[in-house]
Amino acid sequence: MLSEDIKEKYELVIGLEVHAQLLTVSKMYNADSTEYGNMPNTNVSVITLGHPGTLPKVNKMAVEYAIKMGIACNGEITRHNIFARKNYFYPDLPKGYQITQDKGPICVGGHVPIFINGEQKSIALTRIHMEEDAGKSMHLAGEVDTLVDFNRAGVPLIEIVSEPDLRSSEEAYAFLVEIKKLVRYLDICDGNMEEGSLRCDANISIRKKGDTELGKKVEVKNMNSFRNVVRAIEHEFERQVQMMEDGIEIDSETRNFDGPTGTTSSLRSKENLNDYRYFPEPDLSPVVVSEEWLQAVKSEMPALPRELFDKFVNQYGLPDYDAGVLTDSKEIALFFEELCTKTDNYKAASNWMMGPVKSYLNELTLHISDFPIKPEQVAELIALIDDGKVNFSVASQKIYPELLRDKHKRPYQIAQDLNLIQESDEGSIKPIIESVIAENAAKVEEYKSGKKGLLGMFMGQVMKKSQGKADPKVASKILTELLGD
Amino acid sequence: MEKFHSFDEIKRSLENRETDCKTIVQYYLNNIKTKAHLNAFVEVYEQSALAKAEEIDEKLASGKAGKLAGMVVGIKDVLCLTAHTVNASSKILEGFESQFTSTAVQRLIEEDAIIIGRLNCDEFGMGSSNENSVHGKVLNDADNTRVPGGSSGGSAVAVQANLCTTSLGTDTGGSVRQPAAFTGIVGIKPTYSRVSRHGLIAYASSFDTIGVFSRNIKDNALVLETIAGPDDYDSTVSRKSVPQYSTLLHFGKPVKIAYLKETIDSKALQPEIKEQTLSVLEKLKQEGHKIEEVNFPLLEYVLPTYYILTTAEASSNLSRFDGVKFGYRTPNAHNLESMYKLTRSEGFGEEVKRRIMLGTFVLSASYYDAYFTKAQKVRRLIKDFTEDLLNKYDYIIMPTTPSTAFKFGEHSNDPVAMYLEDMFTVQASVSGVPAISIPNGVDEKGLPIGLQIMANSYKEADLYAFANYLTASN
Repeated sequence: MLSEDIKEKYELVIGLEVHAQLLTVSKMYNADSTEYGNMPNTNVSVITLGHPGTLPKVNKMAVEYAIKMGIACNGEITRHNIFARKNYFYPDLPKGYQITQDKGPICVGGHVPIFINGEQKSIALTRIHMEEDAGKSMHLAGEVDTLVDFNRAGVPLIEIVSEPDLRSSEEAYAFLVEIKKLVRYLDICDGNMEEGSLRCDANISIRKKGDTELGKKVEVKNMNSFRNVVRAIEHEFERQVQMMEDGIEIDSETRNFDGPTGTTSSLRSKENLNDYRYFPEPDLSPVVVSEEWLQAVKSEMPALPRELFDKFVNQYGLPDYDAGVLTDSKEIALFFEELCTKTDNYKAASNWMMGPVKSYLNELTLHISDFPIKPEQVAELIALIDDGKVNFSVASQKIYPELLRDKHKRPYQIAQDLNLIQESDEGSIKPIIESVIAENAAKVEEYKSGKKGLLGMFMGQVMKKSQGKADPKVASKILTELLGD
Repeated sequence: MEKFHSFDEIKRSLENRETDCKTIVQYYLNNIKTKAHLNAFVEVYEQSALAKAEEIDEKLASGKAGKLAGMVVGIKDVLCLTAHTVNASSKILEGFESQFTSTAVQRLIEEDAIIIGRLNCDEFGMGSSNENSVHGKVLNDADNTRVPGGSSGGSAVAVQANLCTTSLGTDTGGSVRQPAAFTGIVGIKPTYSRVSRHGLIAYASSFDTIGVFSRNIKDNALVLETIAGPDDYDSTVSRKSVPQYSTLLHFGKPVKIAYLKETIDSKALQPEIKEQTLSVLEKLKQEGHKIEEVNFPLLEYVLPTYYILTTAEASSNLSRFDGVKFGYRTPNAHNLESMYKLTRSEGFGEEVKRRIMLGTFVLSASYYDAYFTKAQKVRRLIKDFTEDLLNKYDYIIMPTTPSTAFKFGEHSNDPVAMYLEDMFTVQASVSGVPAISIPNGVDEKGLPIGLQIMANSYKEADLYAFANYLTASN
């Protein structure tokens, strides 16, 4: 193991390439279905299979999705889009080339803000480009031959390429979290890394702290979860630092991440890099993004997590922490937004979301779309408390569970039916207090002689006698009056 | 039996009830059998053609037939027809059956043309003599010791020998015009993107153009106006509407014509072809047209530009033939890499392999800028020059080929000499403008000479009208 002193001398430099599979119904260059989980080789036409004589055609929806991501990342949208062929042989690549973008990607530049311990850092993007996915090779047990499923071949992807701006595995993780959040908010990708709809390659290098030149980068592939990206980066850092310390030169190469061991191993060195022979795709005419089209896409953009975060903080006066939790998922944020149109007590609304609502969802591993209660019902719960009708513990422990059982009920009705409305009427509370005082004469004497701490005991008795319905504020006021000072 | 020289004759006979489609198809089937030694057809759809003829005869009787009823068409072995074999004359597509029909062929069928069979050609359209075919060479009907030209040799000879009324070929660098010249018929390469490439097995996508062979201008125009136009399956096809060329053949006004000094003065040009070309120009001058000599300093760069760009595209287009999904797969492989190598080594012919190697080379990282990028720039220069010229002049006239049909094997050991056969045809291919080859007499040996006319993009109507004027007055 390397000592922290040694590691301290080095700086980690990471750039990420994130592939996001787009949620279009048809493929990037033809009308075949993109539906996941169908029988192998059923989402395939002659075009997907690259039969001779077939030609591609650009899926306009995929272009719109890519534009949305470009706008969300503050990049510049390319107006004259040219596609390119990336040539290489592999059985899961039906045409022997992938139609992608080389020069002139759909989005140039841009940046994504990430948050580390409450600090914001902006990660620059190099580009976002559109391309098609390959099929899947399968090696079944007992089969000598490799089998190929072309269902995935031609499914639209965008590749988001960051500049080497990330400096730690935490930053890389935070970047992926933001990308996932963005694609989900935009509804262009389900962001599921385990199922491969979000994939990430990392370009990792190290340099001595203070150096301005980049070290030789190592590309790591096949990390199929956020956690594995973190593990791979940490492993690479250690490996590369060790090499530097041992005086071994680091080679530019592509390495494979192995999940079970958490280590990387060489796939191919730079000398053996593929020459992809990119050239402009002659089978597709350029896709021109007109001003009208761009404006139309812009007008369809949903609110983005960062915008909602700012709104929650600035307009609703919520702490950063609350705003962060509430904007983690688009659906939670939208539920909260609706809730805030029905109550002015935003902090109470936030507490309800982060408390009872989230714990219910977490406990049953439900999605907010499965949440039975409507925002206006939550707003009514908040109003019941604010009006002094019930307190928070009664609302969250008695009324809320009842609502979850029967979503058609109204909170006020439940409070009434269960006889939970607080007594705030002095006339009805006073006799209860009087009887408590009468029953505890000795304690009253102790109180009067200075043992003021006994007030809590009297309040407890009052609440008990009123079966919790006495408004504590009113009760406390009468009690201190009657006890006299 | 009467010989059908033109579709007009066929239509007249049908209208006068002197014949019916079945008789016409039978007539061509007989010719095909008689001329089987030419090896023009690689497959004859005898049964389906006869059945279709009966169907169309019924349509004719009820007055519901399409405008090409009675036309019998052969198609080059690079055009897909559903449930029919297509090989691109290559072993690599051995046993391959297409699951769809190319747009051009579909449009002919919809107008009741009868597809009579599949025509021999050079493998994947690569060649100028039709000697590079897994189906064997095609013989020129004018002289069986000579090549018919290529790559659409079978399509040319089928029309030359009256084995069908018209035929479809494809032209990437001259593959319709050069064989048309060698066989003494009419062949057009329309503007690039005028006809959908859907269902055309690609050689070089940014050059490939479906073209038409016929015995006369009107038949040619009729077929092109039927197959051309926008198509949802090809995003590169032009959206411009298609004029009805066959009704626009009238030519009346004096025009401006340029001829390129470098083509007429070319040392490679056969003397009789030069004479015949100059005599046409002289005649046009006397008829009141303005004829001017123009310099074309880029001529020597046209062929290198063409071969760099087409081989680059071909190397990529032919990557799909890897033995994984369809066509030929070697029985000798022991792992994935040897499967690729052996399948492609055994499946492709020499010329195709040569072009894949060339194309892979010019696209490779170390040579990309020196070759591919530079050729793209030169292509732009040639295109700009040609279009500028065609803005100043209505037509450019030149010989279609430097020589008449050559003997089999004459260029077999010298690929560059073979490539020079295309020196006059590639300009239109590199520029994308339309060009037509029409018969222009014969040489001392009686071999046909072709005259090539070029017009600006989408000016096919003008091209046909002028070509019609020239052939009528010849």
